[in-house]
Amino acid sequence: MAVFDEELGNLKGKILNLGSMVEVAVRDSVCSLVERNSDLAKEVIEKDHLINALEVGIDEECVRLIALRQPMARDLRFITTAMKITTDLERMGDLAVNISERAVEINEEPHLKPYVNIPKMAEIVQGMLRDALDAFVQECSILPYTVIKRDDEVDDLTVRNFNELLTLMIQNPKIVPVAVKRTYVAKYLERIADHATNIAEMVIYMCKGKIIRHISPVEEP
Amino acid sequence: MVENKNIFEIKDFNIYYGHFMAVKSVTLNIEAHKITAIIGPSGCGKSTLLRSLNRMNDLIINSWVEGQALFHGVDIYHKDTDVIELRRRVGMVFQKPNPFPSSVYENVTYGPRIRGIKKKSQLDETVEKALVRADLWKEVKDKLNESGMSLSGGQMQRLCIARSLAQEPEVLLFDEPTSALDPISTTNIENLLQELQKTVTIVIVTHNMQQAARVSDFTAFMYLGEMIEFGETDTLFVNPQNKLTEEYITGRFG
Repeated sequence: MAVFDEELGNLKGKILNLGSMVEVAVRDSVCSLVERNSDLAKEVIEKDHLINALEVGIDEECVRLIALRQPMARDLRFITTAMKITTDLERMGDLAVNISERAVEINEEPHLKPYVNIPKMAEIVQGMLRDALDAFVQECSILPYTVIKRDDEVDDLTVRNFNELLTLMIQNPKIVPVAVKRTYVAKYLERIADHATNIAEMVIYMCKGKIIRHISPVEEP
Repeated sequence: MVENKNIFEIKDFNIYYGHFMAVKSVTLNIEAHKITAIIGPSGCGKSTLLRSLNRMNDLIINSWVEGQALFHGVDIYHKDTDVIELRRRVGMVFQKPNPFPSSVYENVTYGPRIRGIKKKSQLDETVEKALVRADLWKEVKDKLNESGMSLSGGQMQRLCIARSLAQEPEVLLFDEPTSALDPISTTNIENLLQELQKTVTIVIVTHNMQQAARVSDFTAFMYLGEMIEFGETDTLFVNPQNKLTEEYITGRFG
């Protein structure tokens, strides 16, 4: 069924396209904060509708393929995975918008202290997203486990970031409005990592037909 | 004593046509009151295997079997098997609706009459019961004396099912029962299968994988006479274990 294979290839291409748009949005949103570049933040906010439109398009394509091709086995798992990870990617885009909104607000205020935890978190989160998408493309069931593992590092950094800012806030209550916003940004990044973890878990399902969600700790292959 | 839930137990079973081995070392249990579908490409031996369950293959010259095929623990191919009784208990419905060229009533009463039932009231009751079970009663109750051949394709197929049911079988074998029917008649038959499952065990051979997925509890995939994979239908269609099964059900065969 060559036409169907082509359609599946196109679907995969669209998801990759969505994935790279989200990667850019996450990268730029953090950049706009760390480099205090509010123009870049506004660009991320403005471009979000493109991500939303692509998400809707992918959903429609998945429904069309299910209706017309009645996929089975691996194909069925591929399409259901595509539908689910598209939702995760779109939510990541929304969170990048949230980071950008906070960046615009924070950039208006005097600089509090150099960013340490947030760039670290951003680096890990972007790696997780990249690897989750690579695993999806390569239909690899090993790589997702490394994504899932890194989620804990992000969680730890979220807590550390909060504690550090909390100390500063206690010392100087005047900074509370800005500091709270910085804790929000860390929380958004932590949520993005959760979505990357969801994608990784779905890729394992797609490859192996095994649902590993809500099983803790995740056993490796 | 725990009742054996397997109505058929087939083990290392071979079927030959002359020197040609059509079914190779098949092992398969058919569970009572479940629908078991057999799928596979043309010539894979699925119909041959189905027909062996009530010894329809006996009618094919040169066909012979090896290995074990038990019905309720008794060898189907034992020399003392009463084949007529076996076929009463294990009925069959074919691809093309094949009512007898006689009235609806006579089609349904043919079997019971041969068994010696003569009383009109008893025959009437059998006809109504069988037609109700085949979900045909409402459509034909006013034309019982009309020819069975005058019905639509879907109705004829349900008449054939009613004719089998009048024999009060324990098992019904279906060989591509809807491949000559339109989608609505197909849906009717599929719904009927799931209703009949409460009272009879069903084995269905189908080319239509979606049909197997829709109606069956268990699915067997055969290829070149071998049983490649057998399992719960949910598992087989979502996460097949064998690469050949995967290729076949995703349409990437060969």
